[in-house]
Formats: sequence, structure tokens, C-alpha cells
Amino acid sequence: MTAYSHTVGQLVYRFTDLRDLLAKATPARSGDVLAGVAAESAEQRVAAQMALAELPLSTFLNEAIIPYESDEITRLIFDTHNTAAFSLISHLTVGDFRNWLLSDDADEPTLTALSSGITPEMAAAVSKIMRVQDLILVAQKCRVTTAFRDTIGLKGRLSTRLQPNHPTDAAAGIAASILDGLLYGSGDAVIGINPATDNLPQVIKLMTMLDAIISRYEIPTQSCVLTHVTNTIEAINRGAPVDLVFQSIGGTQATNTSFGINLNVLAEARAAALALKRGTIGDNVMYFETGQGSSLSANAHGGVDQQTCEVRAYAVARHFKPLLVNTVVGFIGPEYLYDGKQIIRAGLEDHFCGKLLGLPMGCDVCYTNHAEADQNDMDVLLTLLGVAGCTFVMGIPGSDDIMLNYQTTSFHDALYARRALNLQPAPEFSAWLERMQIFSADSDTRVSEALPHPFQRALTNLL
Amino acid sequence: MSAAKPSIIPDNWQELRQFTAARIALGRVGVSLPTNAMLEFQLAHARARDAVHLVFDAEKISAQLHAVELKTLTVQSAALDRHSYLQRPDLGRKLSSESRDLLERKREKHKENSEQVDIAFVIADGLSALAIHHNAVEFIVPLIAQLQKTNWSIAPIVLARQGRVAIGDEIGSLLNAKIVVVLIGERPGLSSPDSMGIYMTWAPQSGLTDAARNCISNVREGGLSFTEASFRLNYLLSESRLRKLSGVELKDETVTMVDLDSDTRNFLIDN
Repeated sequence: MTAYSHTVGQLVYRFTDLRDLLAKATPARSGDVLAGVAAESAEQRVAAQMALAELPLSTFLNEAIIPYESDEITRLIFDTHNTAAFSLISHLTVGDFRNWLLSDDADEPTLTALSSGITPEMAAAVSKIMRVQDLILVAQKCRVTTAFRDTIGLKGRLSTRLQPNHPTDAAAGIAASILDGLLYGSGDAVIGINPATDNLPQVIKLMTMLDAIISRYEIPTQSCVLTHVTNTIEAINRGAPVDLVFQSIGGTQATNTSFGINLNVLAEARAAALALKRGTIGDNVMYFETGQGSSLSANAHGGVDQQTCEVRAYAVARHFKPLLVNTVVGFIGPEYLYDGKQIIRAGLEDHFCGKLLGLPMGCDVCYTNHAEADQNDMDVLLTLLGVAGCTFVMGIPGSDDIMLNYQTTSFHDALYARRALNLQPAPEFSAWLERMQIFSADSDTRVSEALPHPFQRALTNLL
Repeated sequence: MSAAKPSIIPDNWQELRQFTAARIALGRVGVSLPTNAMLEFQLAHARARDAVHLVFDAEKISAQLHAVELKTLTVQSAALDRHSYLQRPDLGRKLSSESRDLLERKREKHKENSEQVDIAFVIADGLSALAIHHNAVEFIVPLIAQLQKTNWSIAPIVLARQGRVAIGDEIGSLLNAKIVVVLIGERPGLSSPDSMGIYMTWAPQSGLTDAARNCISNVREGGLSFTEASFRLNYLLSESRLRKLSGVELKDETVTMVDLDSDTRNFLIDN
């Protein structure tokens, strides 16, 4: 293992290996302090960043930060690396890579062609020496589109996951939040429920209910019940109408073991969902969630900093051609991301790294009540992500998830971002909103204060 | 131009609020939240924030327990303030060295009486001292009276500042207890800043994981009632003593599972 050093004035800073160098170069966050891998001073951090900037990108192809022999994600990264694509940047250092990414040479088609030549560690490394404006500007140039029943990720679009959670999975309660969301133009990325229980018959009931709503109102979107992947496989075996397969994933094999998954199980689930052929215009059938700190939380980080672990999870996601990848940035709590400042930077890092690697990256712009964060911080992150070209965000009634007890972006928030930044929902969904007379053609103004006719009929039944 | 026309566009599906506590049908101004809905959210968040940072009034709890002849000991975790408590969960799980010394001295003093005590109760602030202030004494006093009637021996109640659930393992083992029960303030939700959790562990010792515990959650006014929580805890205590274990192997059979077949009516498709 190679040691690294950097001299600042009279002081020589030494870093024991590549892992240590990456960790010390990471902008400050509580999770790395908790893990004992963070820089010990502000100057040491910058010295590490300077040393990292001088490192040739090819180093990451010669040295694994988690051993190839013991980690299937390292093997996936090395075995699927596209050397032909990489040749474009193979002569660059990490510092040169930042310069090149910001230059006009790195345009949309070039970045698209390059993505399979970039490893997670390269993306993580360059992000550590980028400021917020760099993360935004380069992410804007990355275009990743996916499809199932509508097209996600086109330029000028911002999609939303409608998240109609209810603490006891009561059907009418879920339906009430779905209707509220649809009437606020939410749900083009997915209508996705976090179930209150992993009880299989209950999960299948929810899948069946979402399918019935989507079919009845001919909504160009897809459904997902966020249960364990093995549960979803079993639901498919029992004939449930599964659109998207969900799973939380991490960036080390040990993390995924703690989640009860591995690459084979994910492959099996994807094959099962593809066999159902439920997508009308595309076959991206996976929905993944990630978040900095999950490896440390599972005591499975192997001395690697939390942001690098996070980007390694994107190698897993990329392998299974997902429709959506969601970094649930502020959910994990202040021991990993302490305050609004740390959450904001982490959200932008995750979005940038995901997009650079070719993923349809969205973000759960969120926080818990014990984090030093509030709605103002979320407004800042949502706006910056909108500017950066984020694929999708969450949509929930009034920002309050009454099932998971945290705060995420509301239906109103998404409309704010669309209006402030001139963004639209997915084109097929936009057309549906117009057809249903929910929104006008600009997908911003509501057509009328009266309920659209089909929904009026549903509500009449209540009275 | 006059602003005579009201700015708020109401959502005319208010009747759906009967089905969920979610913040639906809030109405809008342009595409934004109306002032009242915005400020109501701010109030809920402010209450949750205050609950997280409220200082644990261990003296008051202690006085209330002394008044009914219950002995107490007050300890401190290794997290000395809220700032380090929030960032270093590992510190909140263990005693400060002074507190550890205190409990070790107590044990030395009573060495001649080496018999194990049945239950050690720990009351910890956790993420909401408010939850403890509102619920702990009222819950624990009748519970202990009832347990003593049925011949459970009970250690002095330990009040732990800046404590996380696992601090009970160290305390329980220092007090030579067969079972430790931790009452702790849960992470405040927007509509539940004072929710108390109860964790029970058989044969407590440092280093146990959550798999070794049984949990009763959301104990508060408007959540799980004291009566129901007491009933469940009594069941768990008896089963634990009988089978000499706790955690994943000890299922709470009293839990009336969410009735999967009730409320499957769905107005969006049933017509």
C-alpha cells in the first residue's frame, strides 16, 4: 500500500494510504469524525486536498480502497470498468480532472460517453476538491434519461415521487394523500409508498391498490412499494402487479450484507420485474435509495469515508439500469450530517457524483428534528438542486411524513421549484395533467378551482 | 390595483382529512403555502426543536419519586453536553467515569448482599427530556407499586442525563440486575414532541445490540396509553424472567397488529 504526503511550508503531512488520503480530503462532516477518519485540522484537510489534486486518476485503477478479494463491489467496479472510455482522461490528475470537467471541452455528449470510464473513487475524489458552484455547473452538463411509462430526466424537467405514506397503511388515508398530490401535479417519477410493515399480504394489497389507481385514471407513471427486495420477488411470484423493484443499497459488501442483499439477489429481482413487461415506453425497472453514513451505521465502512462509500453504492445502482436513484440525504441524523450546511453540501455531492457516473439522480431533500436544520436549509438545497438539474425530488403533503417522522419536500415545494426555475414535469405526465384539466399547458397554473370531473365523481361517493 | 379578491385558493377536498393526519388540502397562494399553514408548520417544528434541547430536570423527577418513597441515583453519560450528545452516539451509550465510579462504589458497599435484583429502571432524557417530564413519573409509580406487590425486587431508579438506550446495559450490569428497563425520550416528531420509548433487556451488559431488546414505542397522551404500555411491559417482564431472554426471540404477542383487513375501502377506485 502506498503512503502519500504533502508539504505545506515547513510541515509535511503524511497519509497512510489512499483511503486515508480520501478521508482527510473530505469537507468536514460529523460522520467522518464519529468514524475517526476525518482530518484533524483545517490545514491538514487542505493539504490532503492538495495531495489528492496531484494524484493521477489511473491510481484508482491500480489501488483498491477495499480489497478486490473480499468485496464484490470492488470486483464489480474493476471488472466493469470501460478502459476505452477512460482513455480520454487517463493522462489527467484529479486536479486536472476538475479543470477539464469545468472546461467547455466537457460537453453533454462527451460526458455521456465518458461515464462508464469513471469509477466511483474517481468521482468521489474530484468532488472533494470542488466547491458548491462546481458541483452544480458540471452536474448541469450531465444528461441521464430513463423510462418506464414516462420519460424521466429530460432537460428542463423536474419530476417528483409522490410519497403518500400512512402510519397504518390505511387504504383511504393513502388514497387521500395520492389525490392531494396528483392535484398538485406530483407523482411523475413514481408513486412510492413506504409501507408500515413488511408483511407480505399487506405489501401485495398496496401494490394492487396503486396499480388500480394508475390504471383507472390512466396516469403515465409507475408504482413502487418500498419493501425488501426479497419481499418484492416473492410478491412477483404470487402474481402481484409490480412496476418498480425497490432496494436500499450501500457501497461496501458488508453494508449490503447487513441489508440482507447481494448483487445476485438484485439481478434476480430485476430479471423478475423485466419479465412482467409492464413498462410501456422503457424498461428501467429498479428504484434504489442510498445515503451517506449507511455504511458507518452498519459498522461496515472499512475505514473509508462516508462520501466515498456513498459513491461506491452508485456502482451497484449503475449495474442494474435503474429508473430512479434517490439519495435520502438528511434522514440519517446529525451524527452523520450535523447541520444544514453539511446536508446541503452532501446532497449536491451525491447528485453530482451520481450524474457523472450516468445515474438518474434524485434527492430526498430532508431533515430530522434532532438535526441543526430547518425549512430554510431545505429551500436552499432544493433550489440549488433544481439549478443543478436534479432528476426528481419527493412530494409529500405539507412536508410532514407522518409515517417516517421526518420532513421532506412538499407538493408546494416542487411547484415553487418548477415556477422559480422554469421547469416542467415529465412530458407524458404534463400532457395527462392538461388532459385531466388539473393544470394548464404550462404545467404551472391550475386550470380551475373545481375538481377535475373523474375525481369529483370519486369524492361524491364519500358524501 | 386593489387586493380585494382573496389571495388564498382553497382546496375543495377538505373531507379527505377524515382519512389521514397528513397535511392535505392546505390550499395555496399562487403555488405557495398560505400564511397560516406555513406558521402552523413552523410552530410544530419549533416545539420539536425545543423538546430536543430542553434540559433534563432530574432534580424534579428525583423529588417526585422520593415523595412516594422511591430511591434514586442520578448519573451522567460520557456525552457532557447536547452538542456532543447529538454528534457522538457512542458517548451517550456509556457512563462518564465519575458516574461509573459512583455505581461501582454502591456495588462494593452492598457486596455482602450479593443477590441479584430483578429489575433496574433507568430514566434517560434521550432526544426529548419533554417526553420524560410529561410521562415518566406518572407511568413508573403505579407500575412499581404493582410489581412490588407481585414480589419483584427493584433497584434504586437511575436518572441518566444525556443518555441513549444502551446506557441501560452498563447501568443494569453495575447494579447486578437481571433485567434493565429504560424509559427514554424518543426523537420528536412534528406532531409528537413528547413521545416516550420503553426498552427492556434481559441480562444487561455493555456491548449488546438492539437485537437483544424489546421496545414499546410512542407512549404519550394521544399515543399509546400508560395502561396499555404497562400491560405490555408486564407481559414482557414475566416472559423474560420465565424464558431468561429478551429481544428478537421474545415476540410481543400482546400487540394487536394493525388489522390488515380493516379499512380497505378506497374512494379512488371503489365506485
